[in-house]
Amino acid sequence: MRIELSNIEKIFNRGRHNEFRAIRDVSMEIAPNRITCLKGASGSGKTTLLSMIGCLSRPTSGRILLGERMISGLPERFLTDIRRHTFGFVFQRFNLIQGLTVLDNIMIPAYPLGLDHGELKRSAKLLLKQFGLERVSNNPVQWLSGGEAQRVAICRALINDPGVLLADEPTANLDLKNSREFMELIGNLSESGKTILMTSHDPLVYESPVVDEVVEMHDGQIMVK
Amino acid sequence: MKAFIRKQGFLIDFTLSSLMRRKGKNIGLLIVYGLIVFLLASVMLFSHALRKEAGLVLQGAPEIVLQRMVAGRHALIPADYLDAIESIRGVAGTEGRLWGYFYDPAVGANYTVMVTPDYELSGNEVVIGAGISRIRGVAEGDFFSLRSDKGKTYVFKVKSLLDSESELVSTDLVLISEKAFRVLTGIPEGRLTDIILKVRNPREVQKVAEKLVARLPDTRPILREEILRTYDSIFAWRQGIVFVLLLGALLAFVIFAWDKASGLSAEEKREIGILKAVGWETGDVLRMKFWEGAIISFSAFTLGYLAAYLHVFYSSAVLFEPVLKGWSVLYPQFDLVPFVDGLQLATLFFFTVFPYTVATIIPIWQASITDPDAIMR
Repeated sequence: MRIELSNIEKIFNRGRHNEFRAIRDVSMEIAPNRITCLKGASGSGKTTLLSMIGCLSRPTSGRILLGERMISGLPERFLTDIRRHTFGFVFQRFNLIQGLTVLDNIMIPAYPLGLDHGELKRSAKLLLKQFGLERVSNNPVQWLSGGEAQRVAICRALINDPGVLLADEPTANLDLKNSREFMELIGNLSESGKTILMTSHDPLVYESPVVDEVVEMHDGQIMVK
Repeated sequence: MKAFIRKQGFLIDFTLSSLMRRKGKNIGLLIVYGLIVFLLASVMLFSHALRKEAGLVLQGAPEIVLQRMVAGRHALIPADYLDAIESIRGVAGTEGRLWGYFYDPAVGANYTVMVTPDYELSGNEVVIGAGISRIRGVAEGDFFSLRSDKGKTYVFKVKSLLDSESELVSTDLVLISEKAFRVLTGIPEGRLTDIILKVRNPREVQKVAEKLVARLPDTRPILREEILRTYDSIFAWRQGIVFVLLLGALLAFVIFAWDKASGLSAEEKREIGILKAVGWETGDVLRMKFWEGAIISFSAFTLGYLAAYLHVFYSSAVLFEPVLKGWSVLYPQFDLVPFVDGLQLATLFFFTVFPYTVATIIPIWQASITDPDAIMR
C-alpha cells in the first residue's frame, strides 16, 4: 500500500513560549512492498514522522494518504481501525507489557477483534516458531534478552497481519549479532510482501543491502533521498 | 455477537492479569477500602438492627400510655381515672400500672421495678432480669434486697429469671407483687404510676388520644408511634456520633481515593499508550480499566459488608457496643436478629463503590483520549 505525505508540519506546544517545530514541510512517498529507512541524527524528526504515518499522532498541517484514503484528518475511531489492521509497530524500547508472558504480549493487539481463543493462540505460536521463540513463550517478558524482546515485539506487530511494518530505531538496543539477525528478518518480511518503514541512525541498517530506499532527515526536513 | 462476547472475555482476562501484576498495590487498596466499608456498614447494620429490635419489642406494647401531669411533671394517677377512660368510645381495654426506678448504690446501677399480673408473686418474691442476675451474682432461689423510700431494707427471694431472649427490655427489670411495691415506694392504694390503653381501631389512636386530653385535661397520652420515633432519633443521633468519630478514617480514605483517582503512574500511562498503539479503542481501554476499578471496589464492598454482618450479628458488635447501646451500667447481652435493609445496602453501595469507580475512570479517560505517541513519550 502506497503512503504519500504532502506538506506535513508538526508543531509541539503551539503558541506557547516553548513552541517547537519538529517537522517542516515534509513531502514524500513510501513505495509499497519495499524497505524504506528514515536516516538522521537524534532530534532530526524521524520518530515524529514515523508516529504520524502510523496514526500514533496527528500532523499540525499537511496531508497523509494511505492508498487513496486521506488519513491525516480522520477521527480517532477510524485511526484505531487503521492502526489495528494496516500497521504493525516495533518501538525503540519494544514497549512490551511487563508481567505478562511472551504469548500474552503477542496476542494483545488481536484481543479487540474477538477472535476464537484457540485460533488466536495457534497464530501466535506459529509466529513464535517462525522467530525461534517457542521455548520462551510462557516466560514473562522481563526475563528476555534484548534480541528476544525485539523479536517478541516484531511478533506482536505481525499478529494482525498488517500490510505495513513500522520500526523505530530497531537496532538501538541490540548488539551487532542481533542487529544483523534483525536485518535478515526484515528482508524476509519484505519478500513476503510487507511494506517496511524504519528509522535509524545505525549504518548497519541504512547501509544494509536489504534496504531499498534511504531518506535522510535533518532538523525536521528531508535533506537527501 | 460471538466476537463481541469473546472480546469481553479477553478484556476481563486482561483486567484480571492487570490486577495480578499490581498485586501489592491492589491488596493494600482492598484492605483500606474494605476496612472503611466494614466500619460504616457495622454502624449502619447495628443501629438499624437495634431500631428494628426496639420496633419489634414495641409491637407488643400498648398503643397509648396515659400519664398524669402536675406542674409539667409526671405525677401519680388516681385509679378512678380508669372508669372515666373506659367510657370513651373506641377504648377496648385499660390497665393501671405500677412501676418505678430503684438505684442500687452497691453496684451503681438503676433497676426498673414493676408490678405485673403475669406472674403470681407473693409479697416476698421477685423475678429479675438477666443483667441484674449477672451484676449482683444472684440466681433463682437466691435472695435479693431492695431499700424502701423510708430507708428500710426488704429481702426477696428470686423466684425465677426473665427469659434472656427479651434482654433488650428486661435486663434491668425487677418484677414484684403490688403489695410489696406499695410498701417499698410508699405509693398509697388508689394511685397508679400510669395507665395503658388498648384502642379498638388502630387508625383511631390519635382520635382517642385527643378525647383523653379533652376528658382528662391533666393527663398526657403517649402514643406507641411517638415512642418508636424517639427510639429512631436516639439511635440516629448515636449513629451520627459514631460517624463523626469515623470522620478521620473517612477523610483518610477520601485522600487515598483521590490520590488514586487524580493520577495514573507513568507505568499505567505507558500501558494505555501501548494498548492504543497496537489497536485498542479508547472504549476498550476504558472498559478494561472500569472493570479493574469495579472488581476492586465491589470486592472491598462485599468483604467489608460481610465482615460487618458477622461483627454485628455474630460477635455482638464489640467495637461499637458502648456507644450505640447507651451508657448504662447494665448492658443488655443479646443477639440481634440478622436483618439487612435493601435501601440501606444500596445507599452504602452508592456512596462507596460508585464515587470510587467514577473517580478512577476520569484520569484513564483523559489518558485514553490522548494520542498514543504523546502518552508513551
